[in-house]
Amino acid sequence: MKILVCISNVPDTTTKVKFTDGDTKLDTAGIQWVINPWDELSLTRALEIKDDASSGVKSVTVAHVGPVTAEPTIRKALAIGADSAIRVNAEPSDAYFVAAQLAEVVKQEQFDIIMCGIESSDYNGSMVGSMLAEMLNIPSISAVSNLKVENEKPIVTREIDGGKEVVSTSTPFVAIVQKGIAKEPRIAAMRGIMMARSKPIKLYEPVAVDALTSYKKFELPEARPACKFVDAENAKDLIALLQSETKLI
Amino acid sequence: MSVLVYTENWDGKFKKVSFELISYASKVAEMLNTDVAALSIGNVANDELQKLGGYGASKILSVENDNAKVFDAQNYTGIIAQVAEKIGAKVIIIANNNTGKAVAPRLSVKLKAALGASVSKLPLSVSPFTIYKRSFSGSAFSDVELKTDIKIITLAQNSFELIETANNATIEKVDINVDAPKTEVIDVQKQTGKLLLTDAEIVVSGGRGMKSPDNWGPLVELAEVLGGATACSRPVSDEGWRSHEEHTGQTGKIIAPNLYIAVGISGATQHIAGVSGSKYIVAINNDKSAPIFEVAQYGIVGDAQKILPQLVEAAKQVKGK
Ligand SMILES: Cc1cc2nc3c(=O)[nH]c(=O)nc-3n(C[C@H](O)[C@H](O)[C@H](O)COP(=O)(O)OP(=O)(O)OC[C@H]3O[C@@H](n4cnc5c(N)ncnc54)[C@H](O)[C@@H]3O)c2cc1C
Repeated sequence: MKILVCISNVPDTTTKVKFTDGDTKLDTAGIQWVINPWDELSLTRALEIKDDASSGVKSVTVAHVGPVTAEPTIRKALAIGADSAIRVNAEPSDAYFVAAQLAEVVKQEQFDIIMCGIESSDYNGSMVGSMLAEMLNIPSISAVSNLKVENEKPIVTREIDGGKEVVSTSTPFVAIVQKGIAKEPRIAAMRGIMMARSKPIKLYEPVAVDALTSYKKFELPEARPACKFVDAENAKDLIALLQSETKLI
Repeated sequence: MSVLVYTENWDGKFKKVSFELISYASKVAEMLNTDVAALSIGNVANDELQKLGGYGASKILSVENDNAKVFDAQNYTGIIAQVAEKIGAKVIIIANNNTGKAVAPRLSVKLKAALGASVSKLPLSVSPFTIYKRSFSGSAFSDVELKTDIKIITLAQNSFELIETANNATIEKVDINVDAPKTEVIDVQKQTGKLLLTDAEIVVSGGRGMKSPDNWGPLVELAEVLGGATACSRPVSDEGWRSHEEHTGQTGKIIAPNLYIAVGISGATQHIAGVSGSKYIVAINNDKSAPIFEVAQYGIVGDAQKILPQLVEAAKQVKGK
């Protein structure tokens, strides 16, 4: 059984974003790029599953759609423990484009479980995983907070409003994962970093697909009005203030 | 041509979010000079279905099918796509919740329709069709053009006011072929009757500044008195002080209540990413330079353990409890 983990390369989550070219492009100057947090957790869980011999999972591959500048992020995934990597050599123009590239990769390489993060922390689309599943005409399970594989049979826990559901599915399928899938992201050890250098990154050229959307302009949120302070001794006044000014209490 | 809204039900009932979607769709339909059809999947009684008419849906389409009793993203996508084609929908509107996130992208592929996700305002224009959405986890917004003939929008919860209208809606049962789902639910653990964090209009949230899991009493009481829900920062749920369900922020739940009261929370970017859609943020923190005060409209600098009981008392007086 083979697992594919789709990874996105995003600005570090503490980045104060800025834009250039008349607010039409992200200003990448000084940005630290990292593996999208959910993808890092997916990879961690995929490796835990592979480590357990009874799962029947033999390999974990990561795939990324992006230019060569993303290779450090891919190497990091290899250092954490992925067996191999695939990079589709293209500037990702929108989620539909990315999903179409990944669909091609899956068709060529045949994975049984495909894991994607619930969203990427940059464009917040929550789209790629489900789009990929539809393109491949296979099931997708969203909001996955736990994945187990026993003898090649996946058992998935997904979050629903007010609770959880345990779901079984045929394979191949796409798991769109969120919080809970792994506790802490696995960290690359020295040995992993050394080994990553010789692991293969297979290159795919993109298939021709038109993006369905285009980002026209970015803006920063409106500054919130300055904070009104209430004295700690008169904390009660806060309730009266909220009542009169927000009308919510 | 019309605007189609998928309105999910919860055990046969609609929620405020369902009516928000219809209200939003009515305004979009006005911009396009057309009308709104609502689609319901599952068993919902007619008087409940009729409620959707009270917010501007002129037609209510109801699909009941044994193969659609449990949610399967692939199947639900198929149903929505068939209905959209049948009525010639040009814009499809879905909630940006778990269900919406699972279905909308699949529908985008199936109908080759551009998807604008996590939208919080009416389209900026309908020609070209441009939406306004959250990006970079709330640290920016963007104008995005949806370039296809059919468009899909997922609307962020609590981002649009309810608008009541005269109710002239007709209800139509629609027969659709649905395949057996490829996924099967084998167990459900669900709390019913509890106010969901994502539905709450007032949220009282605690961070590491609460110091210990034993100190939560007055915070929970304040939420109760105000009719709200409780939340927490990530380290609090990581430590097991509070349930994971309450973890709010970039990697937890993204919420947009009217009032968010952050107690002993420093205001890290990743936390703010989950609450920046709140209408009002109130911060209680003993460090006056904590970043949470940069996003808060109201604040108290001081010890949470001393302040919370005073707030509970004042809230009780106001609420007559
Ligand atoms: C990839 C990534 C994703 C993350 N995702 C999330 C997320 O989704 N949600 C999230 O919350 N965090 C997230 N974090 C963690 C985040 O960076 C912060 O560490 C976290 O939000 C801090 O939680 P806190 O505010 O409770 O604790 P702290 O930062 O420790 O703040 C505690 C605050 O309490 C105040 N305080 C102390 N004592 C008192 C007192 N007696 N009375 C009043 N105030 C007091 C202090 O002044 C301080 O401001 C993420 C981090 C990373 C790297």
